[in-house]
Parts: sequence; C-alpha cells; structure tokens
Amino acid sequence: MKTDTVERALDVSAQSAPGPRRGPGALRRNLWSYLFLVPTVLLFGGFTLWPMVASWWYSFFNWDGVGNPTDWVGLANFREVLGADAFWRAFWHSFAFSLAAIFIEMPLALVLAILLNNSWLRFRNLYRLVLFLPVVATTAVIGIVIAILLDPAGGLVNRVLLDTGLVDRPVNFLGGTSTALPTLLSIDVWKGFGITLIYWLAALQTVPKDLQEAAAIDGAGFWRALRFVTLPVVTPIAIVILLLVFQRSLNTFDLVQAVTEGGPDYATDVVPTYIYRYAFDPSLRAPRYGFASAAGVVFGLLTLAITLLQAPFMKRRMTRSAS
Amino acid sequence: MTGRWQLFARRNVWHLLLVPLCLAWIYPFVWMVAAAFKTPREMLIGGLSLLPDEATFENFRRAWTTAKFGTYTANTITFSVAVVMLVLLVASTAGYALARPRLPGKKLLVGVLIATMFIPHGYTIIPTFVLVNGLGLSNGLLGAALAQAGPALVVPVLLFMGFFSGIPKELEEAARMDGAGYLRTYWSVMLPLAKPVIGTVALLNFIGAWNAFFVPLVFTLGNPDLRTLGVGMYGFYGQDTTDWTGLAAAACIGVLPIVVVFLFLQRTFVEGIAGAVKN
Repeated sequence: MKTDTVERALDVSAQSAPGPRRGPGALRRNLWSYLFLVPTVLLFGGFTLWPMVASWWYSFFNWDGVGNPTDWVGLANFREVLGADAFWRAFWHSFAFSLAAIFIEMPLALVLAILLNNSWLRFRNLYRLVLFLPVVATTAVIGIVIAILLDPAGGLVNRVLLDTGLVDRPVNFLGGTSTALPTLLSIDVWKGFGITLIYWLAALQTVPKDLQEAAAIDGAGFWRALRFVTLPVVTPIAIVILLLVFQRSLNTFDLVQAVTEGGPDYATDVVPTYIYRYAFDPSLRAPRYGFASAAGVVFGLLTLAITLLQAPFMKRRMTRSAS
Repeated sequence: MTGRWQLFARRNVWHLLLVPLCLAWIYPFVWMVAAAFKTPREMLIGGLSLLPDEATFENFRRAWTTAKFGTYTANTITFSVAVVMLVLLVASTAGYALARPRLPGKKLLVGVLIATMFIPHGYTIIPTFVLVNGLGLSNGLLGAALAQAGPALVVPVLLFMGFFSGIPKELEEAARMDGAGYLRTYWSVMLPLAKPVIGTVALLNFIGAWNAFFVPLVFTLGNPDLRTLGVGMYGFYGQDTTDWTGLAAAACIGVLPIVVVFLFLQRTFVEGIAGAVKN
C-alpha cells in the first residue's frame, strides 16, 4: 500500500519535468517550515530549556513562590544545600538506586536475556512478557500493592515467613529504618528489570548470525562463543544501556513518594523527594522554591559529573556509529 | 539416543528455574485481582487462598464512587489523550519541517534537542510549575499535559524527522505538481504515510502519560478532583492504609486497562523501547 503510493508518485515525477529547486517557492516553503517549528520551539523551550535556565536563576533567591523572586541571597542556598547532611543522605540513597540497577539489575537481566535469546527455549516469548509486565504498571499503584503484601500486620509475605518458621516475629520491611531502603531497592529492580531485559535482548539481536554459526563450526563452546563473539559485539551497546539505566534509576521518585514518602525517619529519602518536600509538601507553611531549586541544580551538576566519567566511552561509540 | 535425551533435558531444565521465577514475578498482580473480589472480612481472617469464598463487587463500587476512582479514570484518560495529541501534532510538524536538508538553522535546533537528552536536568519541576501558573493553566489538566508533553518531545521529533527524511523528495514534488500546498502535502500526503511512527509515538506516550506521577501530583495538589489514577491511589493509601480490598480494587482500576493496552500492542511497545538502544 505504502510502496504503491510512492511508486505512483515516482512515476508522476518522472513524466513531468523536475520543478525548480530554488526560487520564491523555496523561500515560501522555508517560511512554512519555520511556522511548523513554532509549536516545538514554544513547548520545548518553555518546558525544557527555560526550566533549566530558570532553576539556576531561582536558586539565588529566598523565594516562597508568591509574586516574583526579589530577595537575592547570592550563594546562601548553595551553601545551605552543600552543608545539609539531609541532602547528602538523600543523594546517597538516590545513588544507591543507581548502584542496585547497575550492579544487580543489569547483570541479572543480561543472564536472562542470553537465556531467553535462545530460539530453542520454548515459551520464551511468554517468559519475556511476564518479566516485562511490571514495567507497564503505574509505579505508584503497584508499589502500594506491594507495600500491602509486605505489611507486618497480616501482610502475605510475613504470614508465609511466620508459617514456615523462617522468622519468629513479623519483619517490618518498609517501616524499619534498616530494612526500608533495601526493600525499596528490590521493588525498583523488579519494576525496572523488564526494560533492561529488552535493552539487552535488542543488543543481542545485533550479533550477526553467521558470526555465531562460524564460531559453532569452529567448535567454540557456549562460554568461548560468549567471550569472543557475543560480548565484543555487545560491549559498545552496553555503555548506552548503562547510561540509560543510570539516568532512570538516579531519578527514582514515584516509588519512594508513594510507598514511604522518604521515611521512616528519612531512611529512604532520595533527592527528588527531598526537593518535593521543600517546594510542594502540602503540610509546609511556606514553600522554599529558591532552596529547592538550588538542591535541584546541585543534583543536576553531580549527575552531570558522574555522567561525564562515562563520556570517553560514549564518544568512542558515537564516532563508531557515525562512520 | 541418550545424547538426544541429554540435550532435551539440558534445554528444558531451565523451565524449572523460569516457571517459579515468573510465578513469583507476577504474584503481586494475581494477588491484586484476587483481593479485589474478596470481602474485607475474608481479607482480615486471612487464608492464603487466592480464590475468594464469595466474590463481591462491593470493593469496586467503593473504589469507583467513594474513593472517586471513576473521576480519576476519566481524568487519566483526558490527561493521556491530551499528552498524546500534543506530542503527535507538535512532533510531526517539527519532524516534517526538519526533514528538509537545506533548512537554515536545522543543525542548531537538532543539536540542541539531542544535547538536552544527555544533559541531566536536575529538577526542573519548579520553573515548570511557575510557568504553568503564570499562564493561568494551573486549574486544569491542560497545564499538566503541557508540562508532561514538553520534555517528552525530543525522541518523537527525531523519529518523525528520520521517517520523513527517508521519503523520496519526488513524492513531495509530485504533490506540489498536483497543486497541493505545504500544509496539504503534510496533512494529506505525508502524515498518512507516517502511520507506523504515529503508532509507536502514540503508544509510548500514552503509556508514559498513564503512568506519570510526579507531574500530575504537583499539578493537582490544590485540586483533588483533577487527580489521575496514580495520584488518586497515593491519596487513597494516605487516607486509609487498612482498606486492603478497596485498595486492591482501586489498583485493578488503575493497572488493568493499561496492561490490556500493552498486551494488545506489545510488539510496537517493546520495539519502541528497544529502539532507544539500537539507534
């Protein structure tokens, strides 16, 4: 259908003389093109570029969001953020979500991707579907469902643990200061696992079939083929996956806000919930937009610094895919 | 013979690992559906059976009306459709314009778009909130939809640009010969060709908007009647942590529609996600 139209169009243009490529028509088309770009410039400029700039601007003010920012305080907000133990605690928790995603989720997803990539494995599409299912569920909703399952007073998990005698008294998974963060990290790995799995499967698809066959003919076993054929092909893509997984996990907000709101006693507080609390918490009498913006800017800079550590790899990958 | 058996065993032993893993994996969903049909009394007494003694719709009724999940469903649909429409319209026009290789300023714009993908934004929700307030849109879902759609534009613009660039220039010239202007060529000739891209972009953004939490949360703080399902669930749990069967029913209302959408269109969705890695 589609190629049909294209072919017919090609026919038509072949019969008629090609029109002039430049001239007043081209100028008018350029004007139209700019008109077509206006919505993007407005929407992207207003909701992506402007906020990036404005965050910096706001962070120099002591401002509660009423009226325009007028109370210039210089670097005071930044000094306060950098000196706040609570901010650094939140930052390390955010970072913990990244570490869990990079060192637990990514390797496990790779192992399962290698397994599910085998065409001889029956039901592999069904397995993939099941593992992917948590990804499409709204984080806030399914997170609360799991919070109920983990409830110390009658929650299913504790009931099973008690019945089987694995524990003597209920574990307060999300209510204990030492267990809450590991529990949320586990839920986050469960929730994001499917995306990373799809990334790896896409990466494995790029390994040329004839290369694998050649390795098999040469008598390379599973491990040798993995080491000398699969991994070298997959490595450059792995760096992109690393970056995607890193960015996603570092910005974890929905799960924490919905399930623990950063508690108990800030044991699961992450930077986004920290910022949210200072800017939007309904129980707050006066929001601190300036301070919260400064926290956001510092967080952005720290993320940028960590991302830049991966830049040399990215650059190599970019130049390679460009050529 | 034994060799073949060994191979068979070696290949199928994986199911012993995969089946329990997958059952545990989707257990929260299974429990959620089962609990939604149980009476609160049965939930309290416990019992690990998934099948309710007597199935009841009372939980759904309570979630739908008392907890306002009917309203939240309507809000979520409005919000998601608005985001998808905004993204499709804005990204396809931009992609069409940027598909012209000689458009002055094209490189700059594309460069800025791509650069913002890799620069961490820190947290930009505060200026976004201030801006929407300034536009006088803080009391409707349109403001939230704008805030959700704006940052989601980059990938769709690049997808549309790539697709339109791949269409032979002759097609456009033929349309012009037939007397179609710029707008008509875009709307009646090019856009219908772009159905695959439209499908991918629409699906990814619909699921993204349905599952969005931060933006709808911030923009409905002053107006609980505008909450979406995710925010509504958070509010419900915050008010009443003990109504487990009601919460389970609410969770079903929030999760099952999008799971069904996904099951029908999973190939498009999975390929859309995989595309992030391949390109």
